[in-house]
Amino acid sequence: MTLVLEQLLNGVQYGVMLFLLAAGLTLIFGIMGVINLAHGSLYMVGAYAAAVVAAKTGSLWLALPAGLAAAAAVGMAMELVVLRRLYDRDHLDQVLATFALILIFNQAVTILAGRQPLFVAAPAALNGSIEIVAGLTYPIYRLAVIAVGLVVAIGLYLLVNRTRAGMLVRAGATHRDMVRALGVDIRLLYTAVFGLGALLAGLAGVMAGPLLAVQVGMGEQILIMTFVVVVIGGVGSIRGAFFGALVVGVVDTLLRAFLPGLLRQVMSGPEADALGAGLSSMGVYLLMAIVLLIRPKGLFPAHA
Amino acid sequence: MPDAPQRSFAALAGVAALMAALIALPFLAKWAGQPALIPLASRILIYAIAAASLNLALGYGGMVSFGHAAFFGLGGYVVGVLYQAYVGDARVFGLFPGTNQLLVTLPLAMLVSGALALAIGALSLRTAGVQFIMITLAFAQMLFYLFVSLKAYGGDDGLIVRRRNVLFDLDARDDATFYFFCLAAATLVFVALWRIVVSRFGLILGGLRQNETRMEAIGVAPYRYKLAAFVLSGMGAGLAGALMANLLRFVSPDMLHWTKSGELMIMVILGGVGTLFGPLLGAAAFIALETFLTAWTEHWQLALGPILLVVVLFTRGGLHALLARLSGRRS
Repeated sequence: MTLVLEQLLNGVQYGVMLFLLAAGLTLIFGIMGVINLAHGSLYMVGAYAAAVVAAKTGSLWLALPAGLAAAAAVGMAMELVVLRRLYDRDHLDQVLATFALILIFNQAVTILAGRQPLFVAAPAALNGSIEIVAGLTYPIYRLAVIAVGLVVAIGLYLLVNRTRAGMLVRAGATHRDMVRALGVDIRLLYTAVFGLGALLAGLAGVMAGPLLAVQVGMGEQILIMTFVVVVIGGVGSIRGAFFGALVVGVVDTLLRAFLPGLLRQVMSGPEADALGAGLSSMGVYLLMAIVLLIRPKGLFPAHA
Repeated sequence: MPDAPQRSFAALAGVAALMAALIALPFLAKWAGQPALIPLASRILIYAIAAASLNLALGYGGMVSFGHAAFFGLGGYVVGVLYQAYVGDARVFGLFPGTNQLLVTLPLAMLVSGALALAIGALSLRTAGVQFIMITLAFAQMLFYLFVSLKAYGGDDGLIVRRRNVLFDLDARDDATFYFFCLAAATLVFVALWRIVVSRFGLILGGLRQNETRMEAIGVAPYRYKLAAFVLSGMGAGLAGALMANLLRFVSPDMLHWTKSGELMIMVILGGVGTLFGPLLGAAAFIALETFLTAWTEHWQLALGPILLVVVLFTRGGLHALLARLSGRRS
């Protein structure tokens, strides 16, 4: 039972990271209609900036603002220089252009930081584990990640649903042309939303540092999962991104943790491990296909 | 603006010149002491087949498939699995013997990929737009992980096809011979695509892309036409995959990975969406850039990225549109 609980927490932690990326992506997608494949690159930029600063200064508390600033700055520059020209193009042009951006970012980071993966230690205050229920100790750092994710989710909810800026964002997601016609500076809104999305991606990158190896290509790995989350949740919906991320995170983690063991009951060890690994990687995609077949617009469609 | 007969004559002359150049290529390459160009050209032709097939769904049909690696890779695996059974003297699924006959493996690859496209298309076409992109990706990723976990077919490592398939007794070990196989296949595919695009079916497909509601209003059932185009598109990609497995003498889950779907899409967009020869241009440009930039610097992607960016930002319609504008054919 404690094992299941531990894996559930791992799943929530993964889901929270996915949410940070998916929230930005779904807003950019929903409001500007841009398919931004380079969103994962912002996550990578955040992770690298934080890892380098942490290595130079030895302080993760300095690395945090550095990673956030780097991701937000790169994101806004990207919007100003490239994406702004793509808003009225079709999705295919956006795919090609942002794919080109991925190539550029990956190579630039390789040149600047080298091919060796970087490793970041968690800050001393968050090191170690605590016993949350009898018999289950859990790393404090992962709990902190979950807490940060939940705080961001609540903050975003309040921002989008309770403020004037959020009202414009919601209006932009459903009636873009009407918002423009009412005299809102849509370009400023776009850059701001893009900056916010980049900031969240950077935050996810910074927090990923102590959990994963910081390396080139980390952005694409998580990008596909993020798209899955966005589509399951419903394009343009923050609420959808949140629940989608949690579902994807938990399902993926639980399958990986338990499916090989279950298969081992019915077949030999190595075969069960190989098949289990394959099937559990498939699980999330199967989930997405089923969701889309039953609800073609996702669970919480913004344009309902 | 030249009038229609002159234009079709110019187009015919252009295609004839292209064919002549493609036929002469292996001889020229050998004469110039650059035999490595021949497999490179085969690679371009194979990717051109795959990209042109994708273009039927994506460009002409407006179905943005992000999962064509599934059909490409499955076509490759048909060759690999049949070859494995052939050398091992075993039966595929315990049913029928393996083979290394090109005239069996290629049509079978098309058939199997087509069947997969029928299944995936039938489900995916219930969605549209971004959801369609993602659901095709999802199915392709499922197939990718399925083959990664199938130890019987090499799992992660894939299958080695020690010798290329043969055409009756004709061995394709020689790169030039195999190049001509690819050229013949590519010619057939492009002629077929041309016939499809100008047919009644092709016109309906174009109409559906532009305005599905109006087409429905004049009595066309969109689903069947789109599904048929998707299946044809999958079959073409399967043929390309089968040829690729022969060229590389190797098939692995790499051929099924989503980055392969992305590459095919990039080739189509780079060359020109919804044009007959755009995918050929795109495949040639992409493979050539990749090959020559890799030889020039290890950071070749830093050069490729801005090139792609310039193409998409400034050509509007890819290399095909750029060429058309340069030759002054579009006013």
